Amino acid sequence: MPVPPLVARGLRKRYRDTTALAGFDLTVEPGSVHALLGPNGAGKSTAVNTFATLTRCDEGEVRVAGHDVRREPAAARAAVGLVGQRAALDEILFGAENLVMFGRLHGLSRSAARERADELLRTFGLLEAADRKVSTYSGGMRRRLDIAVGLIRRPALLFLDEPTTGLDPRARNEVWQTVRQVVDAGTTVLLTTQYLDEADQLADRITVMNVGRVVADGTAQELKRRVGGDRVLVTAPAHADLRRLAAVLGGVADPELREVTVEAGPGGGAAALTAAVRALDAAGLEADDIMLRRPTLDEAFLHLTAAEPAPGTQRSEGAHR
Amino acid sequence: MNAVATTLRQSWVITLRDLKHWQREPWTPIFGIAFSVMLVLMFGYLMGGAIGLPGGGDYLHYLLPGIFALSMLFGIEATMSAIADDSKKGVTDRFRSLPISAAAVPLGRAGADLMNSAVELAVLMVGGLLIGWQASGSLGATVLAVVLLLWLRFAMLVLGVFLGLAFRGEGGVTAVQVLVWPIGFLSNVLVAPESMPAWLGAVAQWNPISATAAACRELFGNPSGITGGVLADHALLLAVLWPTALILVFVPLTARAYRRLSR
Repeated sequence: MPVPPLVARGLRKRYRDTTALAGFDLTVEPGSVHALLGPNGAGKSTAVNTFATLTRCDEGEVRVAGHDVRREPAAARAAVGLVGQRAALDEILFGAENLVMFGRLHGLSRSAARERADELLRTFGLLEAADRKVSTYSGGMRRRLDIAVGLIRRPALLFLDEPTTGLDPRARNEVWQTVRQVVDAGTTVLLTTQYLDEADQLADRITVMNVGRVVADGTAQELKRRVGGDRVLVTAPAHADLRRLAAVLGGVADPELREVTVEAGPGGGAAALTAAVRALDAAGLEADDIMLRRPTLDEAFLHLTAAEPAPGTQRSEGAHR
Repeated sequence: MNAVATTLRQSWVITLRDLKHWQREPWTPIFGIAFSVMLVLMFGYLMGGAIGLPGGGDYLHYLLPGIFALSMLFGIEATMSAIADDSKKGVTDRFRSLPISAAAVPLGRAGADLMNSAVELAVLMVGGLLIGWQASGSLGATVLAVVLLLWLRFAMLVLGVFLGLAFRGEGGVTAVQVLVWPIGFLSNVLVAPESMPAWLGAVAQWNPISATAAACRELFGNPSGITGGVLADHALLLAVLWPTALILVFVPLTARAYRRLSR
């Protein structure tokens, strides 16, 4: 069995009066995109910084590509690429020069660093901007270059800490495209995000965290399922008998909204919708509107993170750093 | 490749990066040098006429070695703000996430800053000679004076890296930019401590940059403005010891500040 790119067990980290990690566990499977999803201050960045050897946690064990980050930090660093929250680029150097510099620091020869820089610039559509100062780059270009820098040594695992925070929708799409490219090339990605659609779009597996611990873990589908299945909503016409409508459909009436909600059975949403239309038809009833509702990841997220914070923890620890 | 060679190779990559900054945005180093030139002109011509030297001698000859030492002290600002800037932009964190030696980044910075200071010294010395300053010491003595000045600069570098890591906020750099003035002036670089009230003169005499300035005056054969006291006899020794002491104290503190980034 291959070594998982990342295994973390029982991580605990306190900053003065706040708990950033309160017994955090995570396993990332090779070849996947794993999203750490959580609100601001959930401890996502602390977790990633611990994995990347930038932060030392108080308790717990982290193995990156089989290397303990405490005992073999150099080997662990060699196996990962980190793309932090801020684009950590040299603004005065050109895009290509940034790549060459970081390549040389990774131990590549001058010519090898140049070759790799060219390759990455081409892959990420930055060839034309190669000889321009990074300070002239757009937000999306910076992010792409930032990710390229993280990939110089073809790491087994790439950390992306909130890769699209602060980007406009177009730049965000560019970055998503880039992340997909990275994964297609065989790199395992661990990304943190506050955006549910980002996790939904990119991740094979999502770990939802809040106040320093895991509150849920699974695929986007599984998380949605935990909040409940599909529902059919039928809106009754103005003078219809709501109770009769509910009885015919086998659902629950909401007199205020004049709506009947029918939970979909194991057959799924489409089957429930068809059944509802047939039942209405057979009973000779009319409806103003019929629609199928799937639970969104948003709902799942709110549902999962609504739990009370553990005693002695605060929700705002991210703000202190 | 052994560890030392690898570290030096990595440092050189960082040095090249820092030098490229100056090549691309030359105004920062140019203004740094222009500033020291301005001090020479201001004190040499504007105020120099009113400044007398204990023991006699030409004030301009006295002034230039002082300005050399002062410009080494002022170099601390450039070092500190570069380090603070990298930390703020996350570049330091990226360096820290790489499998490179922890010493490579500060050493690379040191290489670039020392080169910058060497150029600044050269400009000041040539400019000084053009306006009539004389260095009448032997070649060996002149080289030794330059080495002592760069040794002081190296100590300021270590201090600058420490301050840049320890006080990363905006306020830190500003505080140092303000504080270097009284610290620089409370010395023998511009006027002889013997002209000050006795207690103040004692403080000025024990200022580390006074030792370097006094040693340079001795080595260049310039008037010392000193008729007695510790610098009259031990300027050279103190010009070696002061920076050495600062380096010995601040290298471990800097290493600690670097480690504390991973708190």
